[in-house]
Amino acid sequence: MRLCIGGIVEPGTTLANKTGGWRSFKPEYHYERCTKCGLCELLCPESCVARGDEGYYEIDYDYCKGCGICAHECPTGTIEMVLEVK
Amino acid sequence: MSELKAELKVVEGSYAVAHAVKTCHPDVIAAYPITPQTHIAENLSQFNADGELGNCEYITVESEFSALSTLIGASATGARTYASTASQGLALMHEALFNAAGMRLPIVMTVANRALSAPLSIWNDQQDSIAQRDVGWIQLYAEDPQEAADMTPQAYKISEDRDVMTPAMICFDGFILTHVYEPVALLEEELTDEFLPPFNPEHILDPKNPETFGAFADPSIYTEFRYMQELGMREALKKIDPVAEEFREIYGRYYGGLLDEYRLDDAEIVLVAMGSIIGTIKDVIDEVRRDGIKAGLLKIRSFRPFPLDAVRKALKNAGIIVTLDKNISIGKCEGALCTEIKAALYNTRLDTPVVGYMLGHGGRDVPPEIIKKIINKATRSMKDGLTIESSYADLKEEFV
Repeated sequence: MRLCIGGIVEPGTTLANKTGGWRSFKPEYHYERCTKCGLCELLCPESCVARGDEGYYEIDYDYCKGCGICAHECPTGTIEMVLEVK
Repeated sequence: MSELKAELKVVEGSYAVAHAVKTCHPDVIAAYPITPQTHIAENLSQFNADGELGNCEYITVESEFSALSTLIGASATGARTYASTASQGLALMHEALFNAAGMRLPIVMTVANRALSAPLSIWNDQQDSIAQRDVGWIQLYAEDPQEAADMTPQAYKISEDRDVMTPAMICFDGFILTHVYEPVALLEEELTDEFLPPFNPEHILDPKNPETFGAFADPSIYTEFRYMQELGMREALKKIDPVAEEFREIYGRYYGGLLDEYRLDDAEIVLVAMGSIIGTIKDVIDEVRRDGIKAGLLKIRSFRPFPLDAVRKALKNAGIIVTLDKNISIGKCEGALCTEIKAALYNTRLDTPVVGYMLGHGGRDVPPEIIKKIINKATRSMKDGLTIESSYADLKEEFV
């Protein structure tokens, strides 16, 4: 690899950099308790919660960093943070 | 100065420099006025107001830090950029100076050398630019307004060379040179156009083809980026002499390349200096030579890159070397030239004594008598085989 002078590189992009790789805990839904209130979507700081076809919410694991806000705020305990295992 | 083609005009040193900048067609100028640099910024601002700078953008900023930061952005877009500053202003730029060099942006800046506070002093010495020795900029020192003006297109040509891509500061002594009125051949636009090609960098900031400049470098690659800056400086070292020659061909004026010599061939006592004291030293050398003292002068034009080989070659026959510094490294009691010259000789077979003198700090005048005294001391020391440690040549002991 040859470096370019001045530290000049192509700009970084999160299309290539899947920030979900930083996660150590991942949120998982137990939909039997879900009331489809949508707080998880509203409060996700990474905007990676989206409403699915049947009105239940789904996580984009490519970009979810596992912060746990959704699980913490969910009023019915639908979301559980489980250890990321790879 | 050799075979002048142009007509001489009596102008202020700052005007000569501002006028030289104009002929280089800068695209963006950002400068914050500070004594003794103010007249350069004022003259350029006047040229701009009078429509003489073409499409140049003159950006008024609120500090020197902003001035240089503005130019870093402008230079990255492929603009030819210019700034001027001094002393506290240069110190305020410190952080951004590293960025300009590391991002390989060939900004050219004139430094009107001035002392640093405290105590407050608006007068000349070279502590400001010497303190910026390691920021990665080319540092050139001029001995008079003509040389400072002539260095401007030369600095652009060296800095903008694709193998160099390193910013440059042209240092000339505040007040002594910035405010002196003397005959100068103002640079001619057509000749500068012939001498200096347009700035055409390989990489530019362009929204259609985005690139990141000065990106994050982790420990696996940081050293290599720094080394590439060193390689750029080495290229500059190769180009400063030929660029001075090209300038001579077009303009008919020559002040030396990396360095210049005066009556050095048979000199036993060699003085090493840079800046406005060069003229005084030359006069004193002429005088003491009439008394049979073989004195000569090595003028350093390029302090960074430091011309190690050329300096060694120029000093190889010296009996004693005397460095004159308008700066001090407090705690070492030595000026930068003294340290550099000593270091340059160390890994050679030469065992020539080096005597360092500091003088002319905070605007104290350097009259010929002081230079003469220094030469006499060096002559005695050479005869007696005594070593003299670095010291002030013009200290008023009764005050301390």
